Amino acid sequence: MAEPTSYRVEMRGVSKTFPGVRALDSVDLHLREGEVHALLGENGAGKSTLIKILTGALERDEGSVLLDGKPVEVHTTAEAQALGISTVYQEVNLIPTLSVTKNLTLGRQPTRYGLISWRKARMMAEERLKRLRLDIDPERPLGYYSVAIQQLVAIARALEDDTRVLVLDEPTASLDAEETELLFQIVRDLKAKGIAVVFITHFIDQVYQIADRISVLRNGRLVGTASTAELPRLKLISLMIGRELEKLGNRPVRAADDTIGAPALEAENLGRKRVMSPFDLTVHAGEVVGLAGLLGSGRTQTAKLIFGAIKPDSGTMKIASKPVGHFSPRGSLQQGLAFCPEDRKADGLIGELTVRENIILSLQAKRGWHHQLSRKDQDRLADDMIKALAIATPDAEKPVGQLSGGNQQKVVLARSLVSQPTALLLDEPTRGIDVGAHAEIVALIRRLCTEGLALLVASSEFDELVAVSDRIAVLRDRNKVAEIAGDEITRENIINAIAHR
Amino acid sequence: MRDRYLPLLATIAVFAALYIAGGMFYPRIFSSLVFGHLLADNAFIIIAAIGVTFVIISGGIDLSIGSMIGFVGVAMASLIQAGWDPVLVLVLVLVFGLLYGAFQGFIIDFCDIQPFIATLSGLFLLRGACFMVNLNSTPIRSPFVSWFNNIYVDLPGGGFLTGGALVMLFMLALAIVIAHYTRFGTNVYAMGGDRPSAILMGMPMRRTTVMIYALAGFYSAVAGVIYAMNTSSGYPLAGNTLELSAIAASVLGGTMLTGGVGLVVGALFGGMILALISTIIIFNGSLNGAWIMIATGFLLFAFIVIQRWIVSSFSSAAKAD
Repeated sequence: MAEPTSYRVEMRGVSKTFPGVRALDSVDLHLREGEVHALLGENGAGKSTLIKILTGALERDEGSVLLDGKPVEVHTTAEAQALGISTVYQEVNLIPTLSVTKNLTLGRQPTRYGLISWRKARMMAEERLKRLRLDIDPERPLGYYSVAIQQLVAIARALEDDTRVLVLDEPTASLDAEETELLFQIVRDLKAKGIAVVFITHFIDQVYQIADRISVLRNGRLVGTASTAELPRLKLISLMIGRELEKLGNRPVRAADDTIGAPALEAENLGRKRVMSPFDLTVHAGEVVGLAGLLGSGRTQTAKLIFGAIKPDSGTMKIASKPVGHFSPRGSLQQGLAFCPEDRKADGLIGELTVRENIILSLQAKRGWHHQLSRKDQDRLADDMIKALAIATPDAEKPVGQLSGGNQQKVVLARSLVSQPTALLLDEPTRGIDVGAHAEIVALIRRLCTEGLALLVASSEFDELVAVSDRIAVLRDRNKVAEIAGDEITRENIINAIAHR
Repeated sequence: MRDRYLPLLATIAVFAALYIAGGMFYPRIFSSLVFGHLLADNAFIIIAAIGVTFVIISGGIDLSIGSMIGFVGVAMASLIQAGWDPVLVLVLVLVFGLLYGAFQGFIIDFCDIQPFIATLSGLFLLRGACFMVNLNSTPIRSPFVSWFNNIYVDLPGGGFLTGGALVMLFMLALAIVIAHYTRFGTNVYAMGGDRPSAILMGMPMRRTTVMIYALAGFYSAVAGVIYAMNTSSGYPLAGNTLELSAIAASVLGGTMLTGGVGLVVGALFGGMILALISTIIIFNGSLNGAWIMIATGFLLFAFIVIQRWIVSSFSSAAKAD
């Protein structure tokens, strides 16, 4: 590579340890002047830790940071800003109720005799908007404008005359294609001014649209830096998800299609703008369909659209051949659809309630609160489920919060199963549970399927999907891009489908 | 920019409608004499409402206003009776209001306590302090108070502005400058508009919180002084539930309890709407006082619904953009 002094930023051997986790392990990141550098990696790869060290939000344990060849110590974001390192976070961190002018000048309003001169403030704001060629009325409240414009205003606020490095943390997460293009035009302008732009995203297509070079992190290590032209998609995705090529022979041999019954779930052209492009998907009784994709590809969104937790703005859905009229979680539950969310703690279980109470919760909700389940029925249902799923708990009256992760996940499953759904949506059913429990859950999914349940399983672990699925829908950048079935289901084929244009 | 003034315009429209409707039945309402009295009699509520408007815009609430008004009155009466110089007493109680408010703001930020609870304790503490000082009404007799109560500025048409009304107008002007021409003022709006973002934008949260509640405490103390001087007495139950009237005036003036939206000048119109309702009902003579509260309740309710509607139509316009 070129001589090191030509780098705008050099992070050398940066390490960071949090209690119990080595978040970064001797990572090097080199940013050139006037380049767009994509930083990629799955959840927990260490992207945000690395960026926070660069922008002063965190302090490194080891390593050094050089800015234009000179070692720098950055302890606060304000210091980073003073050195010309600016950050725009994923969520627009501005005040929607204030005018654009006020947002751009907050904390640095020009004052005269201690009072703000709004005439000067407005000139300052217009100057900043002009830098990004943004032609908007600075006196309107920020919330009046679209998310894309708000994002650009956030960049306008972050950019100083002497900005040398601009970090964009998932700036396109809530933008549509046109808005993204608008943002990219501006990024190209900034690049031409010699600013090193760090671009963090989950959208692979966008990386190839805008980035000059790519660095990939995995499990806190830098697994590669290459120029975009020299890094084909397939290679990139393999780098991101890792290629410890263990044997793929653990895919169970299935009985022929005789277990597959009538369609339980039929989504047609279902989608929502900015969330997920319209897709078709059918799941039959006695079938497991996997949803595969990288982080941010729309796995959870797909499940939530089907469940009605995100309201679709296009398409139709049928549950057990009956059309869904009004999309809502409550309606879906009543039609026989159940959903086990990804984050057990936030969306699923109520830790203070007992195993029994958690298990009967959605069944009770489905029946309505005026048809109380008798205590006897509750006990019976809870005991049955504890036995059927082999939930390790001394009794049904233990608070769920005290169980292990795997057993909590089983309680989530149990809760969905007591209402005897025709179809079950599982989002990351094995996240955060240990290996033994992992195998049990996988086996459980297969068993439920042979009992005639239709299952849709979203997971970031391809091996898990390969093991459980009869069919796999592959997602990329919030599009359904392929469907793989039968013997075609291999890890390679999933990766190929994601990489294929 | 235009949308910002929409709630205020609604307030002014309601005020104008009430004024005209009232004037049609009772033409004396149009006289500058009645107008001057409206301002004079409600100056203290409007002053308190201006103070609490800052708090509400920042996303908080201050329930200690009424008790502060009562305590300031009782303290003034007792100290003046004990022979202290009235001007010194005046300065002391204003400083007390400022410091007590600052203390509440510090507790709210430092201990991360909801403003509702922190200032609710202030409501009880200060009211209790009133009864500790004196259980009965104490007259305030002093040349200074008489001098203040004899300040009049003539209005055309035979009416006049009292000292209290003049103080109120001055406090309003001061508040407008603070809200719109200082960094602190913009920070208040930013804090109420989106707190996490304000923190990320590097806003001094603690300093701003302390200053907001200090300002509200100071305005409450001024309201208490005006009330005590108008009535020439310190009465331990004075200002009871007045914090709720002040909040109502602020909300009627277009300030949103969710924070981030509102104008201090709205407090003037909100307070005047409350004043007009009671004036019209008193002029009527056949309606009893209960109707004042019922009409206020109805109007407040209608206003919140209208605000909700304005805000939702505003945000849906943003989505279509």
